[in-house]
Amino acid sequence: MSEKHVTREKYNSYFKIVGILILVIGILFYLAQTMPALDGVKKALNLRKIYDLPVFLIIIGLFVALKGFVSKSEGQEVIFSGKSFGEFLTNNAILLAMLVLVVVICILQPRFMQIRVALDILTQSSTKLIMALGICFTLLIAGTDLSAGRMVGLASVISASMLQTASYANRFFPDMPQVQLYLPIVLAILACMIFGALNGFLVAKYDMHPFIATLATQVIIYGTCSLYFDMPPNNSQPIGGIRPDFAALGQMRLFSGIYKGFPGISILIPIALVICVIIWFVLNKTVFGKNVYAIGGNREAAVVAGINVFKNIMGIFILASCLYGIAGVLEAARTAGATNNYGNGYELDAIAACVVGGVSLSGGIGKVGGIIMGVLIFTIIQYGLQFINVSPMWQQVIKGVIIAVAVAIDLTKYRRK
Amino acid sequence: MSEYLLEMKNITKTFPGVKALDNVQLNVRAGTVHALMGENGAGKSTLMKCLFGIYKPDGGEIILNGQKVNIRSAKDAMDHGIAMVHQELHPIRFRSVMENVWLGRFPGHFGVVDHKAMYDETKKLFADLELDVDPSAMAGEQSAAILQMMEIARAVSINAKIIILDEPTSSLSDREVEHLFKIINRLRAQGVAFIYISHKMKEILEISDEVSIMRDGTYVGTWPVVDESTGLKLTIDFIIKQMVGREMTNQFPEREGKPSDEVVLKVEHLSSPLKRSFQDVSFELHRGEILGIGGLVGAQRTEFVEALFGLRGIESGEVHKDEKIYKARSPRDAKAHGFALLTEERRATGIFGILPILENTVIANQKNYASLGILNDKKRAEDAASSCKDLNVKAPSLSTLIQNLSGGNQQKVLIARWLLTNSDILILDEPTRGIDVGAKYEIYNIMLGQIKQGRSIIMISSEMPELMGMSDRIMVMCEGRVTGFLNKGEYTQEKIMALATQFAGRDINNKNSAA
Repeated sequence: MSEKHVTREKYNSYFKIVGILILVIGILFYLAQTMPALDGVKKALNLRKIYDLPVFLIIIGLFVALKGFVSKSEGQEVIFSGKSFGEFLTNNAILLAMLVLVVVICILQPRFMQIRVALDILTQSSTKLIMALGICFTLLIAGTDLSAGRMVGLASVISASMLQTASYANRFFPDMPQVQLYLPIVLAILACMIFGALNGFLVAKYDMHPFIATLATQVIIYGTCSLYFDMPPNNSQPIGGIRPDFAALGQMRLFSGIYKGFPGISILIPIALVICVIIWFVLNKTVFGKNVYAIGGNREAAVVAGINVFKNIMGIFILASCLYGIAGVLEAARTAGATNNYGNGYELDAIAACVVGGVSLSGGIGKVGGIIMGVLIFTIIQYGLQFINVSPMWQQVIKGVIIAVAVAIDLTKYRRK
Repeated sequence: MSEYLLEMKNITKTFPGVKALDNVQLNVRAGTVHALMGENGAGKSTLMKCLFGIYKPDGGEIILNGQKVNIRSAKDAMDHGIAMVHQELHPIRFRSVMENVWLGRFPGHFGVVDHKAMYDETKKLFADLELDVDPSAMAGEQSAAILQMMEIARAVSINAKIIILDEPTSSLSDREVEHLFKIINRLRAQGVAFIYISHKMKEILEISDEVSIMRDGTYVGTWPVVDESTGLKLTIDFIIKQMVGREMTNQFPEREGKPSDEVVLKVEHLSSPLKRSFQDVSFELHRGEILGIGGLVGAQRTEFVEALFGLRGIESGEVHKDEKIYKARSPRDAKAHGFALLTEERRATGIFGILPILENTVIANQKNYASLGILNDKKRAEDAASSCKDLNVKAPSLSTLIQNLSGGNQQKVLIARWLLTNSDILILDEPTRGIDVGAKYEIYNIMLGQIKQGRSIIMISSEMPELMGMSDRIMVMCEGRVTGFLNKGEYTQEKIMALATQFAGRDINNKNSAA
């Protein structure tokens, strides 16, 4: 097998060249589409059919080139060979499969190449991402959290129940005065955190397996939430008549109409982004984050090093439940309503996204970037398949296959003797 | 100020059924290397775990700098300036070297880690230890020697006054040992005391100032390596005598007859794919023979027999069973070829604790009781009953859960299990561990009964009297290699111990890397 060694510097320059090339092509297409002078070219190439592809090319080109410019120029040589190519394929199998799918969808249905579509995908990913970032903490210590979805339901019911318009006929609390917006939201999140503390306590104090501890909590939360939901006069009616200031929290669109046809950026996207940054900081820059990795990577070593495992596990489950609470509030705001069945099964989607994003179920391994990828991959595939009218049943089959393949690859990657 | 930095007085620790430490003492001076020696199971590790707060002693006191201290956890121990480098290093593989060093006390403010400070501090520590490793490199990618240095760096960083090194050189090459000793010497000059656990005599005599010896959970004594008044050095023979120093009594049944000349198993140059595991093991086993395998912890005896039984990989070498080539691919293969293995960890890999005796007896032989997948319960019960009776298993009934039996009776059930599969080579890994004296005698009788019926036995034992009392021949291993064979009548405890500690551990690694 022939091998080719390339210095880091040269390797980075490849990125620069390819990135700039894509960038230039993108700009050329963009000009051809927009400049009236180039109308002839536009017609000849039928450029209307590629929709917003030029913009995407410009963005991709920028990223690739940026990677070339920012990466360190020192370090090990990069080896190109059959083996390293094979490794690249297995390490990025899911991502590559997704890219192939995206290209296929774009050919079948060029309308997919629109900024509107990309923004839709990001919006749909936002709450899922917040969930996944919460659940990744429990996965990082080789645990899991089955109560996540029900916490979403709890938070959405609590927040929605207290944030109805005064004039709405079926109010949850008919005599409740108009309260500050933040109060019900904080209450909803706090309620989740109490159950998160219960999760943490069961796991840390009794060394209970998180699977069973959170299963128990899941059932308790659903029961509690249903009791609350069933209180007269509501009697299990879906909660509606949400205050517009609350609904705006999930529905507001920023910068809409800065140019003709721009749908605006959903407020959920920046919220998710901010949470991503915070979680990245917690995991990478704080003592707590390092302890999470340490406990997940080698619990015994963490104990011997004097880490307070009880405190950290409590922290993990409470922080995670706080994120589920936020996701629940946003769900209630986005849909302007709530029932006790909100969030049902979300935890499994979140776990699947984490795993596809490279979080190891045996603990200690996982990055925020990977989780973002994992969530995006799922949303893109789901959205894309819908776009080309693949039946929802086939979508389920494909989703399951992705999970199985991703985990299989993950395990072969980290398998040790 | 007392003469000693550390005094451990009358430390006693009892585990269920075993007195692991019986009034043990240990006095360590500042700025010295204090070797702690003893056979397997002498209680060295238990004593160190008491010092490091992993075990809580039942009695006795620990005095540090003349003050009585109470060490309840590893964190306590570190707060008192005691650090331990464990024999089995367990780094957090997917995190950086520096994170491993500063685990539990990351530098920074308000819970935010100061990465630059951590990097710089680590770099400085490593420079002091003459270690050229990037602090941000992944721990899982480092060699054992670097991981060990990483642990020592951690000990230095907490200003440890006492550093416990448990078998520090077991996986180091010659040069790495030299480096380690250089660092030990430097820290010793700064007043740090080392407690150095090792089986390697040469190293002990080279590096230590004093030697304390333990035997069977008791303290034997402490000797300076060089006697100040006479200038005489301790000898290896003397140490071995102190470590072994017990009288043989007649605890073994009379062996009748002799093994035949027929070779049932021939192992030729068997090597593990792992360089540190068993290498180049060859021997012959005769029908009706008990071959003992002696050696210390880390001699890779268990790994070797597990490979023979198909549980571990084999890189090269051949095995002939009854003059036919036998390839151990899986325990199922091994079983089909007439091998039986009683594992060392009876609870973990032997018994099915929550199943009754009956199921435990027939589990390896289910196929023979099934037609079309349906089990013949009557035949199973008959067979289990008769083989348990043959071996004199004492239990109320076959439906008693095996976890409720004594260790000796559990072991008998496990032997019964393998007799049902018609195996003719019994591999017994520490067959009498954790079994009381009376039951031991019964197990020995069963062993003799089996070889009389033409079976052969390979027995790993760390108990010297048992090894010598039961074996027809003893193969001694050290660091994965066979260091010698001793025939009945020619072995003494001293000879075995000398073979078991033959390598200084270094040239081996070099040989491997050269090969």
